[in-house]
Amino acid sequence: MRLDDLDYGTPVSANEEQVAVTIDGSRIEVRAGSSIMRAAIEAGIPVPKLCATDSLEAFGSCRLCLVEIEGRRGVYASCTEPVREGMQVRTQSEKIAKLRRGVMELYISDHPLDCLTCSANGDCELQDMAGAVGLREVRYDDGENHLSAAVDDSNPYFSFDPSKCIVCSRCVRACNEVQGTHALTIDGRGFGSVVETGAENFFESECVSCGACVQACPTATLMEKSVIDEGVPDRSVRTTCAYCGVGCSFRAELKGDQVVRMVPDKLGKANHGHSCVKGRFAWGYANHPERVVKPLVRDRITDPWREVSWKEAISEAASRLKAVQAEHGLHAIGAVTSARCTNEEIWTVQKMVRTAFGSNNVDTCARVCHSPTGYGLKQTYGTSAGTQHFDSVLQADTIIVIGANPTDGHPVFASLLKRRLRQGASLVVMDPRRIDLVRSPHIEADAHLPLLPGTNVPMMNAFAHVVVTEGLVDEDFVRERCDPESFEEWREFAARPENAPEVVAEITGVAAADIRDAARLYGSSKNSAIYYGLGVTEHSQGSTMVMAMANLAMATGNIGREGVGVCPLRGQNNVQGSCDMGSFPHELSGYQPIVEASVREKYERAWQVNLLPEPGMRIPNMLDAARGGSFKGIFIQGEDLAQSDPNTQGVEAALGNMDCVIVQDLFLNETAKFAHIFLPGTSFLEKDGTFTNAERRINRVRQVMQPKSGKAEWEAVQDLSAAMGYPMHYQSAEDIMAEVASLTPTFAGVTFDKLDRLGSVQWPCNDAAPEGTPIMHEAQFVRGKGRFMLTDYQPTDERTSRKYPLLLTTGRVLTQYNVGTQTRRTQNIEWLDEDRLEIHPSDAEMRGVRMDDWVSISSRMGEIVLRAEVTTRVAPGVVYTTFHHPSTGTNVVTTDLSDWATNCPEYKVTAVEIRPANHFSAWQEVYQDRNQRQRELLPEE
Amino acid sequence: MSRTEAKRILVPNETLANALGADNLARESRARGHEVVRTGGFGLAWLEPMLVIDGEAYGPVHDLDALDAVALGPLDELPALARQQRIVFDRCGRIDPLEYDPSWLLEQLEREPREIIEEIKVSGLRGRGGAGFPAHIKWQTVYDTPAPQKYIVVNADEGDSGTFADRLIMEGDPFRLIEGMLLSGHATGANKGLVYLRSEYPLAAEIFTSAIARASTLGLLETFDIELFIGAGAYICGEETSLLESLEGKRGEVRAKPPVPAIAGLFGQPTLVHNVITLCSAPGILQMGGKAYAGIGSNASTGSSAFQLAGNVKRGGLYELPFGISLRELVEDLGGGTRTGRPLGAVQVGGPLGAYLFERDLDTPLGYEEMAQLGAGIGHGGVVVFDDTVDLVEQAHFAFAFCAHESCGKCTPCRIGAVRGKEAVAALASGEYTEAKLEVIDELCDLMEQTSLCQMGGMTPIPVRSALGEAFSPARRNGNGERP
Repeated sequence: MRLDDLDYGTPVSANEEQVAVTIDGSRIEVRAGSSIMRAAIEAGIPVPKLCATDSLEAFGSCRLCLVEIEGRRGVYASCTEPVREGMQVRTQSEKIAKLRRGVMELYISDHPLDCLTCSANGDCELQDMAGAVGLREVRYDDGENHLSAAVDDSNPYFSFDPSKCIVCSRCVRACNEVQGTHALTIDGRGFGSVVETGAENFFESECVSCGACVQACPTATLMEKSVIDEGVPDRSVRTTCAYCGVGCSFRAELKGDQVVRMVPDKLGKANHGHSCVKGRFAWGYANHPERVVKPLVRDRITDPWREVSWKEAISEAASRLKAVQAEHGLHAIGAVTSARCTNEEIWTVQKMVRTAFGSNNVDTCARVCHSPTGYGLKQTYGTSAGTQHFDSVLQADTIIVIGANPTDGHPVFASLLKRRLRQGASLVVMDPRRIDLVRSPHIEADAHLPLLPGTNVPMMNAFAHVVVTEGLVDEDFVRERCDPESFEEWREFAARPENAPEVVAEITGVAAADIRDAARLYGSSKNSAIYYGLGVTEHSQGSTMVMAMANLAMATGNIGREGVGVCPLRGQNNVQGSCDMGSFPHELSGYQPIVEASVREKYERAWQVNLLPEPGMRIPNMLDAARGGSFKGIFIQGEDLAQSDPNTQGVEAALGNMDCVIVQDLFLNETAKFAHIFLPGTSFLEKDGTFTNAERRINRVRQVMQPKSGKAEWEAVQDLSAAMGYPMHYQSAEDIMAEVASLTPTFAGVTFDKLDRLGSVQWPCNDAAPEGTPIMHEAQFVRGKGRFMLTDYQPTDERTSRKYPLLLTTGRVLTQYNVGTQTRRTQNIEWLDEDRLEIHPSDAEMRGVRMDDWVSISSRMGEIVLRAEVTTRVAPGVVYTTFHHPSTGTNVVTTDLSDWATNCPEYKVTAVEIRPANHFSAWQEVYQDRNQRQRELLPEE
Repeated sequence: MSRTEAKRILVPNETLANALGADNLARESRARGHEVVRTGGFGLAWLEPMLVIDGEAYGPVHDLDALDAVALGPLDELPALARQQRIVFDRCGRIDPLEYDPSWLLEQLEREPREIIEEIKVSGLRGRGGAGFPAHIKWQTVYDTPAPQKYIVVNADEGDSGTFADRLIMEGDPFRLIEGMLLSGHATGANKGLVYLRSEYPLAAEIFTSAIARASTLGLLETFDIELFIGAGAYICGEETSLLESLEGKRGEVRAKPPVPAIAGLFGQPTLVHNVITLCSAPGILQMGGKAYAGIGSNASTGSSAFQLAGNVKRGGLYELPFGISLRELVEDLGGGTRTGRPLGAVQVGGPLGAYLFERDLDTPLGYEEMAQLGAGIGHGGVVVFDDTVDLVEQAHFAFAFCAHESCGKCTPCRIGAVRGKEAVAALASGEYTEAKLEVIDELCDLMEQTSLCQMGGMTPIPVRSALGEAFSPARRNGNGERP
């Protein structure tokens, strides 16, 4: 049981028809197909239960929820017995009471009697039920029991104490039904039935630590260690997770102002009460001793940091930025916004740039992840966002996952996807690596197309070829919904022989028959949906690929309803929002072009300034200009350019060449080592505002604890703006959203009040759609007619050669998050304490590389050294690594190449060579040295 | 039997007979130049190995040269057979199990499904696995439930103590089961059948596998697929929903009902789950007509039942008899009383979860309702005989111990209750008899009976109560309350 949760015992019935039943004399109307239990609890009549919980299908094992039904003999388990019209049910009688006590007596005959000292004391369903049924004694003699079963403490976040287990299977069922990992089972039978992981312990098992089992456990058997240590929480605040773009809703459960545990909110529309290891457990960084909570200032980056007051820091920052502008011109400064921050925080930064800085030199870190999504979908459909809500996947018949690894990157969505796959939907995985979705328990992709990195576009063109040449075009849809001229051109283009699978097979390395089969599957299913990630966008043809997918979906009529669509899986909690909020150099909020006079006028009136019509600099432009000496000052909001942007040495040169680098962050990150002013930021637990997830869902972020720095981030920005000469007058995050709504047509109907009332809304939210828009382009495309774009394949300039014969592609893992600033400062580090290089056994053998050997990766840009993991997850010719640890320096080897339309870096393709190594690379040695020196420059505690 | 005169000899190829030397007899007979036909067994255990030559029966045969000493007379006049009414087992023992003329079956498969279901309905056939549920309701439900795939699942996980009817028919007349599967598949719209066979029946598996191949050659499996699945080895897998879980490759764990398997069974599809003997009864019904079948037996227990007599009894074996025959006729007349010759102590009817009945109960007719009146059931037809040395407290302990050993562990009353029951009876047995203890056991029995998820826990109280009731009956209890 969790705070404030009313548990209905069984899931809501899908049948919307109502039936009337009488329970304990009250007439109740409920959905047909509801369990008696659910009907009773909906009507406020409690029914004792232990194995039932409304996130899981009814199971019927505890036999506590017994009821009597008029006209039928015996007693019935109310969880598994469905209501029938006219049924008369009794939930209480002497007979039932006696039986329930008998069941409880059995439970307690094999349960420790240590309630007072138990970690679940006050939060234990077994304890509650013993009270509810009035158990007063256990008449059985001491007999066989599990009281001495050993505790498994191997998981860093939760403990498993089988002596307290009542074998209700809720953990096993949660792992199967909710998470879909199937890591747990009941071993043995009869009294010997015990929960098992199939491995030595939880840590060694296939468990992914999502915590669904812990949440499901009705006793102290599976318990958060934080609760064991600190006791049961006493209040909770609803908020939103700040990791990936799924945007899970949580209840932060507190004792005083300390978070005791995070519990996913079952009312959350993105996650329905589920979470992953990061969201549920990896929040400890917020209290990490390395948090910088006071402003820091220094003249040069080789000087020690000085702790100063907010006032001094802001005035220092403003005067330095003004000095840069005085010396190098208006355009010599700019800002980068963070997709980790709230919409309101981002809004103030871009507004500060456009008002106080007087330019459009503002860009967002979305530049380096999903900018091609914005561009590609806007060109074809008219708006820069995914088309669906997550639940739509439950209606999909064929799902294509392209360049995404949802079980690691978007675990909660992956669980939903896997649920659909278990129901029988088909799956095509297009990815150079054999990701878990290709084959894992109860999941097997119908096709895995392990294409060579960089060949997405010809692959998609081959899909198009099959669709147009095999009669799979949805002609009606195209005729009614799409622009005919562009379609005809596209049809002709797709049909060209160079796009035939047989030709494309040579380029992609995937057999033509496999491509044809997968394309047919997509083209002929009732509902086909595309889900994709950075494996699509982070290429020199990222925008082309997004348009190619958009074309395919239109041509097959897979747009504008449940179960279909083109769906970007956004990497960060607020990538969507950071784009929506106008922190692009060429666009104001809601993708309104800065070049349009009417748009500018609206903002100019509201802000009482003149806006420049020319777009400002993108991040790579800023860095280029910095290296060139014309860009000298930057405000960086919660973004670690020095670790996350490609070509690290180039980024370092740019940062090192600036006169004023201001970093607003939680920790002294890699970029901050080049900073002159450090403004302490707030963790998501300290923020008030909104995040917008990958389904355009605007979720509330509520303050759980006071900002450790004493200031909200938007307040600090507002102060800086004022010091630069442009005061803003927001009193709260809510004020900021009011301004966003007043200037942004797609946000016109958004208010904090509405969000509090509805839980969340998906933009567009305005007069036309007052409660938001789950699915886009339903009646027509945002741009009117859908436009087909030609998608010629221009291979990247990054080619393999004799010197660099392998292709490196990069990504992340479940337990770590991006540059690891947060997750490395949690116990998630136990799962991945270093980045490793995945290499195929044949490539490894050729180079004399064995498992765990140190190897160097060298590219045209640089060299790093890390340890090898020899695995067939990658195909021969392809190597893979993550970028979670700054000491690895993964981006030292990635290149400056980028998407032709948006400059999104080509992280996913770097030609490299691998060699055994026996010492760190030159860059790594410089890094270690700098890291040591910078640490020494920190103020003494 | 002369060495020179070549004969046609029926030698059973049946697990029990083979254990007693039938294989050797067959080999030796062939060596002597006789034509040997390996048939199934008749189920007359005390006569095995029993040979049939020119209609004359010999058994138990241990020496081919001393046949006269064990001559039993004409097969059809053997009292143990003559008194039976063999409908399911009519061919069993008389034929080569793999010889089959499909013409009758093919004719039947031309009939309208509704018509077949109607015959089953009229026949009054009830499930022979234990529950005695009217078969036609299941057939009709599967027929009425629209689905892309329907299944026939045969429960051949014969686990009740003292039972062997499923094995006998699958070894001796596998085509009877194939007939039942094809007919029920045709009637319900199922085109796939799975047989869940217990792993301890390797010969049945071998013969049934050959029969599937033969059926395929005969063209019987063009629209219906039969698969043999060797069970995963737990008693609970004989419970129909556990069996389905096990067939799906999962742990044999009971499912809550509803939904019933006829609506959502194997892989969530409508599934007709029947015991072997139930399905094997269908061909006979269609042959004689449902009405004629309904005329056999007594009251609501129509047709014949394959009673399997075992334990401490002289003439143990399979007796296919019309319902309604009394327990006394079965145990005393046919069975010949206890093997030890001592007075009868108890009879357990219907497997390990069946009631212990006593001398006073022997005249009760063997029918579903008649047995229910005694708090007993017929189960799968197993009847185990004990003489007067039976320790009924020990038997009650065994009932709980059996449940504790075989419980799937899903529901609380069975998982924990069986263990606590076992412990409480053990205390009784060691002399700690108190009224309070008996009351706790009695309440536990109530609890298990009323709240268990399936009949494993639900029926365990039956042997417990009948045994303890007798053991501690005022008549048997001595003055100071100690156990007799």
